[in-house]
Amino acid sequence: MLADSDRVFRNLNGADDWRLKGARDRGTWINTAELVKDGREAILERVKASELRGRGGAGFPTGLKWSFMPKEVGDRPHYLVVNADESEPGSCKDREILRNDPHMLLEGSLVAARAMGVARAYIYIRGEYWEPLERLDAAISEARDAGLLGDDAPGGAFDVEVTRGAGAYICGEETAMLESLEGKKGLPRLKPPFPAGVGLWGCPTTVNNVETLAVVPTILRRGVEWWRGLGLPKNTGTKIYSLSGSVERPCNVEEELGVPLRDLLEKYAGGVCGGWENLQAIVPGGSSMPMLPKSVCDDLTMDFDTLASHRSGLGTGGVIVMDNSVDVIEAVRRFSHFYMHESCGQCTPCREGCGWIYRVLSRLAAGEGEGDEVDLLWTITKQIEGHTICAFGEAAAWPVQGLLRHFRGEVESRVKEVTDVKEVA
Amino acid sequence: MSESASTWSPVVEKDFAFTDEMRARADAAVKRYPPERKQSAVLWLLWLAQEQNGGWLSTAAIHHVAGFLGMAPIRVHEVARFYTMFRLKSKGAYCVQVCRTTSCWIRGADKITRACLDAAGTTELGEVSADGAVSVEEVECLGACCDAPMLQINDKEYRERLTPERAAEIVRELRQHAKDGK
Repeated sequence: MLADSDRVFRNLNGADDWRLKGARDRGTWINTAELVKDGREAILERVKASELRGRGGAGFPTGLKWSFMPKEVGDRPHYLVVNADESEPGSCKDREILRNDPHMLLEGSLVAARAMGVARAYIYIRGEYWEPLERLDAAISEARDAGLLGDDAPGGAFDVEVTRGAGAYICGEETAMLESLEGKKGLPRLKPPFPAGVGLWGCPTTVNNVETLAVVPTILRRGVEWWRGLGLPKNTGTKIYSLSGSVERPCNVEEELGVPLRDLLEKYAGGVCGGWENLQAIVPGGSSMPMLPKSVCDDLTMDFDTLASHRSGLGTGGVIVMDNSVDVIEAVRRFSHFYMHESCGQCTPCREGCGWIYRVLSRLAAGEGEGDEVDLLWTITKQIEGHTICAFGEAAAWPVQGLLRHFRGEVESRVKEVTDVKEVA
Repeated sequence: MSESASTWSPVVEKDFAFTDEMRARADAAVKRYPPERKQSAVLWLLWLAQEQNGGWLSTAAIHHVAGFLGMAPIRVHEVARFYTMFRLKSKGAYCVQVCRTTSCWIRGADKITRACLDAAGTTELGEVSADGAVSVEEVECLGACCDAPMLQINDKEYRERLTPERAAEIVRELRQHAKDGK
């Protein structure tokens, strides 16, 4: 279990002061100039050595991502875009950072900027996060007044601006976010070119998740070895997990990567409603990660590689727990409604397929499915997956595949009931 | 259908122009971006226009934003239509949005929606109450999964860890606020 002294996020629950004074008391902004004084390459090497992986869902190595930016700043300025468009169902961790410790994000953005030759960052925050937005704005003003942002920022001129989104899940996809920042519909771009070459307004750009950036100063401050001592090899450090659904006390909590799921739920969330034996399934990392049944959960550890080995993923760390009273088909049908609603409509397989999935699942959930509709459902997911511009297609297909992989019997039983009734009639 | 059955009448579209205060805020929003990238401020300006226009965007408001930024009106229209938080018709003084996605559903979102609709005296999602005060909608995940079930009021205020009783009380309070002209 993570010792309190190893926690990166010391005000995750908002009990303490979120303003600059409170942040400084917790160690943020105390020696930022020191952290960045060795320059670009040194920061980059340390972040690479820490093996930090992105906390926004894909788990891509952060240092490697940063190294894709051009080595020198040429005619086009470099930009950092902060993805604060947290919209993956089951995930609510970035909200807590934004409203309870916004200075951690600002300091992290500054450090990242120094590693990439960036002088300006844009934070793209989801439209519904009004309270986090107000606090973020206030924190930016405080930081400017204190000379932590602006022309006199540690290590040279650097500033941060905010854009408020307006309710489109797809804008969490990095290239859709760039389109939205340019004042357009959030339609993902074809890659390549990748944002590090051609990003915001055609300039080199890196997009990072809030949590990813917020942990970087602490890694540099306490040292790469400290960070690597937490978690598992290639799955280093700590992670914020959002524990929701059928648990006694839903909460956000920071723990090491590789923590056993059962410990996580029982120590922090009061356990599964009705006890561990009443567990049916979990969604381990936000809605797009395939669900896993109790048999897998019994000795599951929560890290990128273990979850991938079970054909699921850590994603955002948003764990949705379902006890035996939950109808798993309806649970996934709700996700499918979400994806149908949020598809940007650019690629036909996704635009049409998400509606198909939802309608077939609705029939199955209501016991109106017939004959080969379960196979049909599987086929639709395969026709979406891998056939779209962005990863939304996979996100929409995977939860349904997870349902069929682990609960096919449950789904088929409802089809059969109807068929049997028809035969009798 | 409910609209014609009630005493509530839709707002007739009027000409739209930013007030001096809104114009100042719009200018500040444009300054967030490089001078040659004014279009990037379109979301901010639509937010301002929606605020000034009582919670929805009229065609006149969209055209005003287009003129302000030097954009073709169709480009602003398509942005306004793409993002679900921009409303293209009036939804009453208070728009109550209940999260319906899985984490909230597991913890009883359906009962929250039911309680809100009953307290509003409406039967359909999106229907404006007879007094023009509230409409109740279901929306997708609002990112407060650990505080489920929850709802949002007028795109800003979250109310979390609800019971059906508390949700009904909130709707009744909003109707009273609207009546008192708050």
